[in-house]
Amino acid sequence: MSVKPLVPAIEGWHTMDTAQPHLIGTRCCDCGTYFFPKQSSFCKNPSCEGSEFEEVELSRTGTVWSYTNACYKPPTPFVAPDPFVPYAIAAVQLEHEQMVVLGQVVAGVDCADLKVGMPMELVLETLHEDEENTKVTWKWKPSA
Amino acid sequence: MSQEVAILGVGMHPWGKWGKNFVEYGVAAAREALADAGVPWQDIRFVSGAATIRCGYPGYVAGATMAQALGWQGAEVNTSYAACASGSQALAAARAKILSGACDVALVVGADTTPKGFLAPAGGYRPEDPDWVRFYLGITNPTYFGLYARRRMDVYGDTLEDFAAVKVKNAAIGSKNPRARYKKCFTAEDVAASAMVADPLRLMDICATSDGGAAVIISSLEYARKMGKGDAPRVAAISTVTPTFASEVVEMPDIATDSAAAAGVDAASYRAAIPLKAYEEAGIGPEDISLAEVYDLSTALELDWIEDLQLAQRGEAAHLLRRGDTSVGGKIPVNASGGLASFGEAVPAQALSQICELTWQLRGQAGERQVEGARVGITANQGLFGHGSSVIIKK
Ligand SMILES: [Zn+2]
Repeated sequence: MSVKPLVPAIEGWHTMDTAQPHLIGTRCCDCGTYFFPKQSSFCKNPSCEGSEFEEVELSRTGTVWSYTNACYKPPTPFVAPDPFVPYAIAAVQLEHEQMVVLGQVVAGVDCADLKVGMPMELVLETLHEDEENTKVTWKWKPSA
Repeated sequence: MSQEVAILGVGMHPWGKWGKNFVEYGVAAAREALADAGVPWQDIRFVSGAATIRCGYPGYVAGATMAQALGWQGAEVNTSYAACASGSQALAAARAKILSGACDVALVVGADTTPKGFLAPAGGYRPEDPDWVRFYLGITNPTYFGLYARRRMDVYGDTLEDFAAVKVKNAAIGSKNPRARYKKCFTAEDVAASAMVADPLRLMDICATSDGGAAVIISSLEYARKMGKGDAPRVAAISTVTPTFASEVVEMPDIATDSAAAAGVDAASYRAAIPLKAYEEAGIGPEDISLAEVYDLSTALELDWIEDLQLAQRGEAAHLLRRGDTSVGGKIPVNASGGLASFGEAVPAQALSQICELTWQLRGQAGERQVEGARVGITANQGLFGHGSSVIIKK
């Protein structure tokens, strides 16, 4: 079995550190508001006219705001395995950034294993494979 | 000067999957509304259409499309697109025209023909589009409804039985609505037996998409009095506010919320802010409301709306439901039309259909669905990209 190289499914949205990955966002240099996905031309805080941003790694841990799952295969552009395997989805609150970020939950964890308020950490896992590469994305995993 | 306008007539083409051109539904609804108002088409001076983005160019210019279909007669036209709030924005445009004195009587109309299955994004590889990204990552519309529903269960103690009870209630009353698409009554067992879609929501917890058309004739109060319809129901408020930064609720199609690190979390969630402005504008409060038509994209979402409308304390909507307060015959009936559960969503027509139902209810013409003594009704809905609306109708 050949091992395909790991590449990000979406370039530039997270680091490729497989042990301790981070989402990559930006922070307004004027008001300090964080943005994910990255915002780089204008600040969306209504009391800020900032236009300069620094790229930052977001907290890689947070707590569950809520969770659900996908029992049916989503439409394209989602690339589904055949047969389709349902997966859980979590909305995780990052305390420092005061924002909630969605993501799939790692394989093997379902809704019965989750609870609002539960600590979670960011990991990288396969989203899908193509001919040459394994495309990875961020997923949430209950903290040990 | 009064900020109110009169509702002279309403009309709806029945919801369904008829597969016809959306213009047919709009014309049928408009003709019914005109007949109901007793206003000849030739007298309408402003046609305000709710756009549909699914039906090609005629859908983008829905106001003109309907005016042409009804027969060009020189009226001014407008088209509004605001996702699920399109009908309310079209209504707001017509109200502004009337209140400014530029016209006396206007037609507001919305209609849609919908495709089958999941609403999917445009194709290609487009990581700059948040709507494309979330589908690529496997996050569909039901995901958001599932997140809101699960949060209610964990935070407020709502149960699967509560969600099923919303469907049972709406299906029961919807079965008595000749314009509803689904007229079958369901039991809690039926809901529990339907397939899980987005935990904790099952197929029967989530609304379908439908074809449909709805229309409303509004006029100045003076015009209504001259017609002998001075006691017609009135539009007392229309709210189409945007969210405020930063909201803590993750909204479709976003992958993340705004960060509140600098600005702080806005006290009112977006859904709660929409009716707040309507209450202020009408100068009335939740205690005055006789009935509400809310956007039950999912069963659990109906419970969220009840709290957003301040008809229950936060977290207590299920208590009202369990007591039967939100059924017709209860203290504060919600979705006496049968709601989206019985209709399925026809985006540009849906906000107007809510107004049609309130109008029939306030006139005492709702038949078996009639809410006794209905005097004030409120609508609420929310769609993509910061669009939402709430309209208050009173006697
Ligand atoms: Zn800023």
